[in-house]
Amino acid sequence: MLRFIAKRLGLLVLTLFGLSLLLFFWVRALPGGPATALLGERATPEAIAEINAAYGFDQPIWTQYVTYIGKLLSGNFGVSTQTKLPVLEQFGNQFPATFELAIFAILFAVIVGIPLGYWAARHYGKWQDNTSVVLSLLGVVIPVFFLAFILKWIFAVQLGWLPTAGRADVRLDATHYTNFYVLDGLITGELDAAWDAFKHLILPGIALGSIPLAIITRITRAAVLEVQGADYVRTAKAKGMPNTILRNRFILRNALLPVVTTVGLQLGLLFAGAVLTETVFAFQGVGYGIAQAISNADYPVLQAYIIFIALIYSVINLVVDLLYGVIDPRVRVK
Amino acid sequence: MTSFGSRRGLKAAAATVAVSALLLTGCASQRADDGASNNAASSDGGSANVNSTFVFASSSDPTSLDPATASDGESFRVARQVFEGLVGTKPGTADPAPLLAESWTPSSDGTSYDFKLKTGVKFQDGTDFNAEAVCKNFDRWYNFDGILQTEGGAYYYKSLFQGYATKDTDKAVYKSCEATSDSEVTVNLTRPWVGFISALSLPAFSMQSPTAMEKYDADGVGGTADAPVMSEYGKAHPVGTGPFKFVSWENGQQITLERNADYWGDKGQIEKVVFQVISDPTARKQALEAGTVDGYDLVGPADLDDLKTKGFNLINRDAFNILYLGINSKVKELSDVRVRQAISYAIDKDQLIKQVMPAGTKKAVTFVPSTVRGFTEDVDQYNYDPEKAKELLKEAGYPEGFTTTFYYPTDVSRPYMPTPADTFTNISQQLAKVGIKVEAKPMKWTQYIPKIQNSEDHGLHLLGWTGDYNDPDNFVGVFFNGEKQEFGFKDESLFKNLDDARQMSDEAAQTAKYSEILKQISQVQPAVPVAHPVPTLAFNPRVTEYPASPVQDEVYNMVKLSK
Repeated sequence: MLRFIAKRLGLLVLTLFGLSLLLFFWVRALPGGPATALLGERATPEAIAEINAAYGFDQPIWTQYVTYIGKLLSGNFGVSTQTKLPVLEQFGNQFPATFELAIFAILFAVIVGIPLGYWAARHYGKWQDNTSVVLSLLGVVIPVFFLAFILKWIFAVQLGWLPTAGRADVRLDATHYTNFYVLDGLITGELDAAWDAFKHLILPGIALGSIPLAIITRITRAAVLEVQGADYVRTAKAKGMPNTILRNRFILRNALLPVVTTVGLQLGLLFAGAVLTETVFAFQGVGYGIAQAISNADYPVLQAYIIFIALIYSVINLVVDLLYGVIDPRVRVK
Repeated sequence: MTSFGSRRGLKAAAATVAVSALLLTGCASQRADDGASNNAASSDGGSANVNSTFVFASSSDPTSLDPATASDGESFRVARQVFEGLVGTKPGTADPAPLLAESWTPSSDGTSYDFKLKTGVKFQDGTDFNAEAVCKNFDRWYNFDGILQTEGGAYYYKSLFQGYATKDTDKAVYKSCEATSDSEVTVNLTRPWVGFISALSLPAFSMQSPTAMEKYDADGVGGTADAPVMSEYGKAHPVGTGPFKFVSWENGQQITLERNADYWGDKGQIEKVVFQVISDPTARKQALEAGTVDGYDLVGPADLDDLKTKGFNLINRDAFNILYLGINSKVKELSDVRVRQAISYAIDKDQLIKQVMPAGTKKAVTFVPSTVRGFTEDVDQYNYDPEKAKELLKEAGYPEGFTTTFYYPTDVSRPYMPTPADTFTNISQQLAKVGIKVEAKPMKWTQYIPKIQNSEDHGLHLLGWTGDYNDPDNFVGVFFNGEKQEFGFKDESLFKNLDDARQMSDEAAQTAKYSEILKQISQVQPAVPVAHPVPTLAFNPRVTEYPASPVQDEVYNMVKLSK
């Protein structure tokens, strides 16, 4: 087991190293550069050259890469050219926002998706099934930013039930320790702030959770259908197994295996989807950070953020693999 | 407020189709009720029943809270509240006016200025504002080091004062500062500079507390030379003399300021200012409509009618900018002055403004707006005349016209260029009518700027400028002070005139000189001045007064709220 984890972690380091190399050249191929972004219409050739020199962007690219890797190994991810904040500090500010949002989105997708899929499978071929299939299809085909926009327009702008933008009501004066706003509200006992932060999660969370919801529904449906028809389920039924045990222990537990993988993979993907959702809702998380960094050609931020996301994605994957063992003893790693 | 807001929302939705208008009033009044309870406790909070928290949606975080190291609008928007400079502006204009300096006298040769300071003013940390503090600020700028010596570090000092104690000292405009008494200070320059006083009205030259700057290491831009980190001062401890004190900055979320109870001037009605960061323009508009913010800047032309119908207050600034059609004279066809004139005659600016610019936009006759010193209408104006354009093209040897490239940015909206793509379409259709066909070259902003400014391979393009302070050099000097790849244009006599004008010590004579220069430019037409688009701010109806300023010298102690 430990060897398995060690091997996976070793592979992870290699992957991240390769990624850092690709990223390093990719961000430098972006049009313009940090100096242009900083200066806008004031970007005279002399001013650009001077800024590039100050940042070392005028050095040969391999020299830059060696310097970069050297710093990376000592845990120095650099400083944003735009905000002048150390990248780690900025990530520390923005990550809790996205994490909170992603958790909300995935909970929404799981809590709605698994029962919906199960329900569809039990009514296989009937209208309930068709409805859920159509709904999940819509979830996948509607672009996230469009859904985000529509949700916002209806529930925030027209009906006024939920906030249009941001992570919290700026007039509330909430205290923040951890930057997880809902959690902060609970810790400090400022329940109105916790509730307010939660309300700010609902629309972006639903928008972001729409794709995982659709996929989880379909996977659950397919898995339940397959397990339902399995020999051991038929045998158990024939033996007169009570329905609750049959459903929960025989069908659902076995059907959950592919669902867990899906949830894990989707959770990782949410960080990518967050770029659009966070922009529409002015929700200042990692996705927003990446969107800003791309338009500002902010090399240090782009390089670090994408590596962090890859790291998170890989760790989630590893956890998912380990979870298999918990759910299905047959795949427990030796 | 929010929980009430939702209940009201429910009712409103159920009640009527004209939901949004009703809902908005509902939200606004609800908040006013909330505010009243806060307000009851305060002693000097203007009229009762006013929610004295003012929330403004900003488009991004400031780059720094230390205005000396910033050059962007969002940093300055915050700085205007916290800081004051020696020189301010006359309300609603770009003209310099006394602020922390009560008066000033230039020496006869224009190389030194005696300032008489306002007395009894304190910084928000209790430090006295006096002559010594003024000199500490000037000396600080002069002694900038490392990245602060580049335009990416401290843009305005670099571009206006040009040199430092340790670099380019021979070019430096600043020489020294002497505190002659507690309230009198003399600033010596190495050469005359008429624009000096006007330039001091920029937030970049705000007076900052020497105590705070030292305590929080304002110049200790941390990190390494190639990865500068914002100073502790610029991140969390700005201290000035302005009507609002800095409270907190939650990166990416909001900046909070509170009233400076010891402010020397009018404290105004507002007790708390919040800048909420909302980067998406549509989201800013929706936040205003939902009542979560009180106002936002640079309303898109397409949203103006909608907001007006819904009862929001729209306030225009006097335009202090210029949009021009850039022409690259390195291109064979465009190198002929007759062709450039033909292009100028071919554009119907009135029609363009009517179709793609916000209402109130003025037609540009020259490269400075009419409020800038030196403005004159005595220039070659090239009023719309397509026949004349065709004639000129024929004379120049292009009776059938020609084809050239036309670059424009796709992903930005600047105050001087609210809708680049629409502007492009309009101008290219007009040019087509006289036979000039264009090849569209849309580009992303960060790619566009280097293409236009650092390469020779481009024909026509759209660009412009927003003025920083009232000085003609800040407009024409920026465009035509030497050979630039943007215009690919060389006119030694014009370059020399601009250089001479900049160094003149007599303001009246300098102003006349700039008028001459504007005429000279119009005769060779290296670009076509198109329009001065009007920037618009939108506010919740409760905002009854807002001190709109062409140079955005908008301080919120002057904002009036009705509820």
